[in-house]
Amino acid sequence: MKYALLIYTPTTAEDYAAAAKAAVHEADARGGWVDYTRAAKEAGVLVGVEQLTHTDTATSVRLRGGEERLITDGPFMETKEHLLGFYLIDVPDLDAAIDWAARMPVDGATIEIRAAMSGMPWQRVLD
Amino acid sequence: MVATLARRLGDLQAAEDAAAEAFAAAATAWRDGVPPNPGGWLMLTAWRKAVDAHRRTAAVAVDPQLLGEIALRAQPEEAAVDELATQPRQLGDDRLGLIFACCHPALALEVRVAMTLRYVAGLTTKQIAAAFLIPEPTLAQRLVRAKRKIRDAGIRFEIPTRPAQRLRSVRTVVYLVFNEGFAASGGDALIRKELCEEAIWLGRLLRRLLPADAETAGLLALMLLHHARAAARQAGGRPVPLEEQDRSRWDRALIAEGTRVLDEALVRRDPGSYQLQAAIAALHAQAPRFDDTDWPQIALLYGSLARLEHSPVVEVNRAVAVGMADGPLAGLAVLEPVLASGALEGYSPLYAAHAALLEKAGYPERARGAWARAAETSANSAVRDELLRRHD
Repeated sequence: MKYALLIYTPTTAEDYAAAAKAAVHEADARGGWVDYTRAAKEAGVLVGVEQLTHTDTATSVRLRGGEERLITDGPFMETKEHLLGFYLIDVPDLDAAIDWAARMPVDGATIEIRAAMSGMPWQRVLD
Repeated sequence: MVATLARRLGDLQAAEDAAAEAFAAAATAWRDGVPPNPGGWLMLTAWRKAVDAHRRTAAVAVDPQLLGEIALRAQPEEAAVDELATQPRQLGDDRLGLIFACCHPALALEVRVAMTLRYVAGLTTKQIAAAFLIPEPTLAQRLVRAKRKIRDAGIRFEIPTRPAQRLRSVRTVVYLVFNEGFAASGGDALIRKELCEEAIWLGRLLRRLLPADAETAGLLALMLLHHARAAARQAGGRPVPLEEQDRSRWDRALIAEGTRVLDEALVRRDPGSYQLQAAIAALHAQAPRFDDTDWPQIALLYGSLARLEHSPVVEVNRAVAVGMADGPLAGLAVLEPVLASGALEGYSPLYAAHAALLEKAGYPERARGAWARAAETSANSAVRDELLRRHD
């Protein structure tokens, strides 16, 4: 079963930018997310992973039947916690997904686990 | 049967529907006589119904792997029946898998309790709604949502590979059911005997399925030893404190069973909070009269429990025991930090304990204030009336 592990943290845009800059400039990145990602890959459960830019940079497009698209600056919802990345993993059940979420090298974050639906018509396009 | 089907299908709703259809089919098919293996017949029929249902909905959303598995199993039907219906070990595992799914920590605690009562203990939604004082449609809606979550979120009807944490949740659910019966948090009935009996039934089942787990045995022992006092805990709808209970009305058979189960748990040398609480209950049960109670030993056990749990509620109980063992001033010394912390603001037993200690220490004025506070914070009307009657 595929699960999205959605990583929410209360990091501000400034702190997030500073942390990203520091990470990129580290010559030989070790530990933390590098090890975690490698472990998921080597366990054969990793389907996809992305780190997102801060919610601060979000653009929202609202679609209402027939009306013209409405573009706004900012996220769909203003919240204290920001969705800053996700892992897409393929594991047997929720317990296994919880275990992978609990192994993430992050403090003070909330990982929302969402199972992916299967058998939808649009998915046949990908086969 | 529902447990077995649920495990195979990963879907409790589908399992229930299939079982119901099988029973309905039996009503017609068995008119001319019951088949030689009625259990197997029902299981096979239910299985076919489930396969049909899956085929009908296959266009919508079905895991292809599951479909494959069902198709495979639907072929040699006799073999499937053998596997599904006639292996007792398998059935026990299915039952346990169902308990673990109903008690999964990804479900809200009150939902776990309701799911367990409905699908493991077999209570009706009406009974559960009445026990927890919620409207039946609300409860039914919660159960539907929970079943959907179990199916869609991938909670499996299996015994987890690392069961320790999941088992804690199962024990918590069983204990909550018992506690709700033992010290009804709302409403008028002081003890809801049925809930206690359901919890004990669940505790016995768990112990049979997990004979090597010390805390599971500890939980059963605790419930048996508490329930043994049920008849003496109330008189004419009024609660009777431990001190005044007619000990001849305690159920000796339950005490003997509880003590035996506890002894079997303790030899495993894997102590835990249920075993400690059961040991305290056993000491109370063994005292022929209130004055014979081994309070120093009970105070020590509460000390161990406090170290394990860091719970202010445990500290309140420890204060009472210390008060009995070493005098009311020693008890008040244990209680003061709890009162000062405000952690149990509005917790009626805290004020009742405080009042009793103040009274014994010779502060009747302050005790009266504490009794009043205990009465006004109690949600149970029987307890509230009794507190007012005694201390007004």
